[in-house]
Amino acid sequence: MGSINQYIELYNENHQAIARHSSAALNARREKALSLIDGKQLPHRGVEGFEKTSIEEMFAPDFGVNVNRMNIPVNVAASFKCDVPNMSTWMSYIVNDMFHVPANARNNMPSGVIVDSLNSPQSQNIVAQYYGTIANNADPAVALNTLLVQDGVLVYIPRGVKLEKPLQLVNIFSSPIDLMAMRRLLIVVEENAEAQLLICDHTQDSEHNYLSSQVIEVYMGKNARFDLYDIEESSKKTARYSRLFARQESGSNLLVNGMTLVCGNTRNSYDIDVVGDNCETMLAGMAIGSGNQHADNSSNVNHRAAHCRSSQLFKYVLDDQSTGAFEGSILVSPDAPYTEAYQSNRNMLASQQARMHTKPQLEIYNDEVKCSHGATTGQLDASALFYMRSRGISEKEARLMLMQAFMADVIETVRMEGLRDRLRHLVEKRFYGQQTLCADCGISCHDNK
Amino acid sequence: MNDNILLEVKNLHAGIDGKEILKGINLTIRQGEVHAIMGPNGSGKSTLSSVLAGNPTFTVTEGEVDFHGKNLLDLSPEDRSHEGLFLSFQYPVEIPGVSMVNFMRAAVNEKRKYFNQPALSASDFLKLMRQKRAIVELDNKLASRSVNEGFSGGEKKRNEIFQMAVLEPCLSILDETDSGLDIDALRVVAGGVNKLKTQDNATIVITHYQRLLDYIKPDFVHVLYKGRIVRTGGPELALELEEKGYDWIKQEVDNL
Amino acid sequence: MDLKTGDDSSIKGNTRDKGEEDRGLINDVTSSEYKYGFVTDIDTDIIPKGINEDVVRLISQKKGEPEWLLEFRLKAFRHWLTLEMPQWAHLDIPTIDYQAISYYAAPRKKEGPKSLDDVDPELLDTFNKLGISLDEQKLLSGMAVDAVMDSVSVKTTHKEKLAELGVIFCSFSEAVKDYPDLVKRYLGSVVSYRDNFFAALNSAVFSDGSFVYIPKGVRCPMELSTYFRINASGTGQFERTLIVADDDAYVSYLEGCTAPMRDENQLHAAIVEIVVEDRAEVKYSTVQNWYAGDKDGNGGVYNFVTKRGLCRGDHSKLSWTQVETGSAITWKYPSCILAGEGSVGEFYSVAVTKNRQQADTGTKMIHTGRNTRSTIVSKGISAGYSQNSYRGLVKVAPNADGCRNYTQCDSLLLGPNCGAHTFPYIDVLNDTAVVEHEATTSKINEDQIFYCNQRGIPTEEAIGLIVNGYAKEVMNKLPMEFAVEAQKLLQITLEGSVG
Repeated sequence: MGSINQYIELYNENHQAIARHSSAALNARREKALSLIDGKQLPHRGVEGFEKTSIEEMFAPDFGVNVNRMNIPVNVAASFKCDVPNMSTWMSYIVNDMFHVPANARNNMPSGVIVDSLNSPQSQNIVAQYYGTIANNADPAVALNTLLVQDGVLVYIPRGVKLEKPLQLVNIFSSPIDLMAMRRLLIVVEENAEAQLLICDHTQDSEHNYLSSQVIEVYMGKNARFDLYDIEESSKKTARYSRLFARQESGSNLLVNGMTLVCGNTRNSYDIDVVGDNCETMLAGMAIGSGNQHADNSSNVNHRAAHCRSSQLFKYVLDDQSTGAFEGSILVSPDAPYTEAYQSNRNMLASQQARMHTKPQLEIYNDEVKCSHGATTGQLDASALFYMRSRGISEKEARLMLMQAFMADVIETVRMEGLRDRLRHLVEKRFYGQQTLCADCGISCHDNK
Repeated sequence: MNDNILLEVKNLHAGIDGKEILKGINLTIRQGEVHAIMGPNGSGKSTLSSVLAGNPTFTVTEGEVDFHGKNLLDLSPEDRSHEGLFLSFQYPVEIPGVSMVNFMRAAVNEKRKYFNQPALSASDFLKLMRQKRAIVELDNKLASRSVNEGFSGGEKKRNEIFQMAVLEPCLSILDETDSGLDIDALRVVAGGVNKLKTQDNATIVITHYQRLLDYIKPDFVHVLYKGRIVRTGGPELALELEEKGYDWIKQEVDNL
Repeated sequence: MDLKTGDDSSIKGNTRDKGEEDRGLINDVTSSEYKYGFVTDIDTDIIPKGINEDVVRLISQKKGEPEWLLEFRLKAFRHWLTLEMPQWAHLDIPTIDYQAISYYAAPRKKEGPKSLDDVDPELLDTFNKLGISLDEQKLLSGMAVDAVMDSVSVKTTHKEKLAELGVIFCSFSEAVKDYPDLVKRYLGSVVSYRDNFFAALNSAVFSDGSFVYIPKGVRCPMELSTYFRINASGTGQFERTLIVADDDAYVSYLEGCTAPMRDENQLHAAIVEIVVEDRAEVKYSTVQNWYAGDKDGNGGVYNFVTKRGLCRGDHSKLSWTQVETGSAITWKYPSCILAGEGSVGEFYSVAVTKNRQQADTGTKMIHTGRNTRSTIVSKGISAGYSQNSYRGLVKVAPNADGCRNYTQCDSLLLGPNCGAHTFPYIDVLNDTAVVEHEATTSKINEDQIFYCNQRGIPTEEAIGLIVNGYAKEVMNKLPMEFAVEAQKLLQITLEGSVG
């Protein structure tokens, strides 16, 4: 039953080829994954938490998987310059589902740091230790990813190493046929290490249908600090199901900010397991919807240790017939006294056909807590609009300025100044309906009509 | 048309949600004049300023307003601004996330666009801001903050006059600009208004009290009551109101 | 800490830190005994346990019902057979054997009581003990009461006086006989038997309840009240209330309930349907104090209730106020369908859980009419090992322009072993809507307790004061007579032996 079967079939027919192209650590998890999805259905609308986004439907088209590791011309990556002005990064690419790192891109990287394919020989020790240990395979889509994934990225920051510039990973879809990519990231930030990672999702052409199934596993050692910025500027024919699982040891500090600027049908899930005391967690996100776009964010911060703070901020501006969904939960277990956990979801509907569905949740099993959540859905502030018009600013301009302003505090959470400026610019351009063509880039990622 | 007439209001009726608040306002304002509009609470003073500025919350049901040859009521709020009408808000609106600089740059350049002028360069714009800021002694720090957000009462009112200085209107309406100001702030704000006064522009001062009129000298004083101007006089009328209150006028009108 | 486990109380008193002391007190304070747990010894007509079509027919026959009502029951029963008990609530519900319940129990009597003299003195005594006098002379003049014991209505007071105004206030069974057209028109019109598992069950086996009709333009001069009492053991209670407020009518309706202390769990699955026509207003207040089980979670009532009102008329208004202190498990979402233009829905709730109680309660505000407004204020208080959840839905339909909702959900935790949860569902399908939801969860404020202590108020009293203050916004919405009772109940629930 369900679309998962076509992929099980695909696996059964090609498992030898898949195994041949992947490292032993990746192969070691496949049989278990297969047993977990056997007879299961991908999450669909009848399932609690998936009321507005059906993963089943996302996977229903019989997508091709690049089993034969057909090489996509590297010049795509070469000509693709996802540069952030005033910010120098160590850049690498995932073209569809293949890892690629340009020559010299790892110059001056501190020794011991690994940014490489999950299949590369230098990755194997770490991959064997952490791969598949943080993600929860209870979601059949995660198990399916584990079953079919052939490449991915390991980011390893050894104990005490603090990277002085951010890492950047560009996900690109480029293919002559409709395609599904199983993307996998394993991020290990050891004790007292610090790193920042910027992920940009792009779709090179607007012709083909793409599906990205992305599973990110983040392990944070004691007092580690890690920022993840995940910006999606794909196309209206791109579907994305991304799940991030993080485990935080004591004293660690995690920031995740997911920005959906252009998408087709996107679902992002964040599951943060706070297992050590004195952790900080910040989850932020924004979605700007127009046309028929659909953006769904779901968060689950699971407090299992004392004296931790978490904060969530998600904002949506929805125009045309676009739809948004947010489901956030804070869980404070009996083992997590002195937790402070906050969650805020603010939404603006800019057109009559736009729709928003919100479900913020608190589940508290401890009385030594300070927890709150708030959700609002409304429109632009009429008095601010009139104030601006009375100063000569046209209604259209005033609306756009207010929408940008609405997103300002999500951008404020970014802990890199250069990126903040860049994001302000991208958001502004997005609202003004321009293609969010990046500076110096020869590729038109998508059409935005 | 008389050359120096700026604003001519004829039999203006307006209200909100079907409830009439202005019940036939007549008012003529010429270049170089300062008019004070006074009146008890709820008489319609703030409604009048909102209606002139085009606040969509209010509906005009009857009457005409000519603004130097243009039908004011036909213009959008932004075009009224471009044509030179400025309203200093009684409660300036806080706009989180929109910086003062972006806000003012948009305002200035939209006006220039309206008159087919090119946008100001960044350096010219900043020069203009610096120059105008001096008029109301506005702190440089406020310019980098969000519009009115976290400003004190005095800072908000100063910010209004600063915007007035930048936009150089021909008709300014100061809606209870004195409310919430201490005496020092009042002096600075009034000083700013006086510096901006020329032979060509005009000012409407809406106020409850005589206090502000010690600093901004009116040529005419109007008393608004129950949606109508019930009395017009010179500066001495304001003094008389200060001394005797509004009750005697209310009685005169109510007994008619 | 281990050293302090000895029973030398003087040492204990000196070394126990303040927080622990408060905890101890909170424990004492929140585990008080239930005062309405007595059993009335009365001859009761109980049908054998179990449910099937014959049982449904038997109930209908015992009540002398017309054919159309039997058909309604049978349809509901057949539908119920196709359903499974809902599992989505944040509740741990033990398996219920629906064949082990008797679906009809009635105090045995000759004919319906014509006057107070015909009512069994045991029954009168029972209600007197509960503080509900059925003697009209002794009753508060501002209140008419319908007393329901187990499955049937015992006595309705002030009927004649109300009849003068055209107000109908009687038991459901009487309404079926005397006003069949009204019952037929409205029965199931707001809560269909297809609505959910418990609604289907109730529709099949409901025994009695209250019926209220307020004619056009009438402002009901007194509070109407129904008092529900479960007495017999091994039975479920399935009553049904139907309230219709015609154009420009007004009524305030109160509902109270208690049950004896028994080791077994008893099922209560009621339906309340309300129809509010043009410019009419209905206030529905509940003080729910079913037996909650003992401190280890044995026994207690399962309170699985479907309550819903349809604001059909323009500018109609429905206001739900509930103070929930009883029941082992509560599953209840009094809701408003705001269909009429400019109609208003309100939900004010205080839910207290202690010991092993579980509550999953909240509301649904469905905005289908233009310019409709709703307000939700929910205050949860959890103590002991209880789990207390707010679950609510606010939905704005695509064509419902200009709607507003404001929701405030606060949870207070008294003690380290309880849980407080918030599950709001917000669906906005219209861009002119303004929907706001705010929720907080915290423990009782220690600064406030200390402040009270410093002013000489002992901790247990301080907790009572603070909790009452916390719940005040909701308590203020109750009618006067009820507010006093509810406040006392809150006090008793929380203070008990120490208070």
